[in-house]
Amino acid sequence: MTIVEPRATKTKSRQKSVGRKLSPVLVVIVGAALVVTLTYVLPPFRNYQLATIGAYLCVTAGLTVLTGLNGQLSLGHGALMATGAYTLALWQNKFDQLLPGIVLAVLVTTAVGAIIGLAAARLRGPYLAGLTLAVAVVVPSITSTFDGTFNSDQGLSVALDPPPGVIPVEQWQAWICWAAALLTALVLAYLIRGRFGRDLRAVRDDETAAKLAGVGVARTQVLAFVVSAACAGLAGALFAVLAQSVSPGAFPLTLSLFLVMAIVIGGLGRLSGALIGAFLLVALPSVAQSIAEDAGSQHLEGNLALTFFGVVLVLVMLAAPGGLASLRLRRRNRKSHA
Amino acid sequence: MDRFLYLTFDGLSRGAVYAAFALALVLIWRAARIVNFAQGAMAVATAYAGYSVTSATGSYWLGFAVAIVGGLVLGAVVERVVMRFVDHSSPLNGVVVALGLVLIIQGVLGMIYGNEFRPAEAPFSRDAFQIGGVALLSRYDLFVFAAVGAVVVLLTLLFTRTSTGLRMRAAAFAPDVSRLLGVPVGGMLTLGWALAAAVGSLAGMLVIPTELGLHPNAMDLLFISAFTAAVLGGLDSPVGAVVGGLVVGLVLTYVSGYFGANVAPMAVLILLVVVLLGRPDGLFSKARARTA
Repeated sequence: MTIVEPRATKTKSRQKSVGRKLSPVLVVIVGAALVVTLTYVLPPFRNYQLATIGAYLCVTAGLTVLTGLNGQLSLGHGALMATGAYTLALWQNKFDQLLPGIVLAVLVTTAVGAIIGLAAARLRGPYLAGLTLAVAVVVPSITSTFDGTFNSDQGLSVALDPPPGVIPVEQWQAWICWAAALLTALVLAYLIRGRFGRDLRAVRDDETAAKLAGVGVARTQVLAFVVSAACAGLAGALFAVLAQSVSPGAFPLTLSLFLVMAIVIGGLGRLSGALIGAFLLVALPSVAQSIAEDAGSQHLEGNLALTFFGVVLVLVMLAAPGGLASLRLRRRNRKSHA
Repeated sequence: MDRFLYLTFDGLSRGAVYAAFALALVLIWRAARIVNFAQGAMAVATAYAGYSVTSATGSYWLGFAVAIVGGLVLGAVVERVVMRFVDHSSPLNGVVVALGLVLIIQGVLGMIYGNEFRPAEAPFSRDAFQIGGVALLSRYDLFVFAAVGAVVVLLTLLFTRTSTGLRMRAAAFAPDVSRLLGVPVGGMLTLGWALAAAVGSLAGMLVIPTELGLHPNAMDLLFISAFTAAVLGGLDSPVGAVVGGLVVGLVLTYVSGYFGANVAPMAVLILLVVVLLGRPDGLFSKARARTA
């Protein structure tokens, strides 16, 4: 099940020393300062995009832990995001308390993730991919079967209080999203540095050896799924806050595929890769859309990004299964050896 | 009771299509140990090509032939250009590359044809015959049974009675030994992909007139159903794929007939979970399913 880090043994000492130097707390503080500064400089639309990157970062960071460090592939994280988004929407329309709503969204998605994770821990490779793909496809069916609660294809609108003071909405959204994203990154960074991270990698690389070393294989796999599901729930809640509405159309199968693609292209197994992936998820469609607008073609809109993502994904997989971030790492290594 | 009979025949017809599609998945799995997640998208692409020819020439059968031949070509191209170069040390790599192909195919189709449903007419009437006052089968259902039955028979003959089929099985079973004995293993792999994609295209052509029509995402649900069918029968077993397809078709038709079409995708998910947790090696597996 090793899709990543074939050079793990070679680079381990390097990674460790880099990791020691860059304390996650420091990175997060610098990141927060950078984001807050940016939100004052950028125009509203760019702030909205910045907020979207933050929301995507939550789910790509979680997926990096699941796929990159634990070797489980999930195509169902779009559905988990939908779970978080719908939970927040239902809560907001009843109680209108954002923070408890987000916490609840994370908890509900964690519970759903635990159920899927329990099944997933017994499955490998294509079987797991097929099961999670089915989860992603089933979302519109659930919303139209229980349309009394979820209002079918139209979805729900999300009531939101206006931001405090005179801050523009987009800036407020960027702050919320990045606060959540940086918190997620911080928690994950400490999680994967410790025993949990070692267990994840041990199970990914050799299940039998991990079992012999006293690592609970099934337990580790379920935990990895639960952690990444919680991240997806958080991201879903943030998407509900960003769009101020939720509908099944916002969480299509393509979203789940995009997420997998983003972390593969960003480079599996590193949180920095998750950041690159989140950035690409916002930047590429935006570039593609401006090209489509210039060309004046309706058919290009959206589809150009789709094609582009697909081509990049295939090329990256054929050239370097570790993704772009691993390419960068390798190049740096070569220089230091020379 | 009438309704039950009607649903049974409808389910068998639907199941025949799932069986064909599951058979395509099993063919590639046996040849290359890859579950081709791009199968649905590839079938849609060839169906679009087929219907373009049909609307240009007015002949359904010319379009049908183009779709099947297009499947052969597309399958061979995908294997030669992309899949051959995937690192197979982890099964995830093949899955991820197939997903990349899905994005490419759906994106290109959307760019050419747009993302709205296009009507796709059936070559035969879909009105059911009345037998003893009960509507049972339509001409189209008979066509579906005939087409899928022909594919099953032809594939069985190919794999059990011809030397090409023997070479294909040898190349999949023991590539190194086969190569030493002069079997062109790479060529057999390409042939396997081409055949599987053509069978997938046939399933696509058969199912699209019975659903909402042509759409880049038209096969997403069909893929899940066929995957469930293939897993139900055991990914290694062609007989299992056919039986699994019929079972899944029946279950889905009963569920949508009695509880509404919205519930059907959930039924697929539940069925898949039950199969994967209860009998992950499939009903017809002889050995333990390979985990890698």
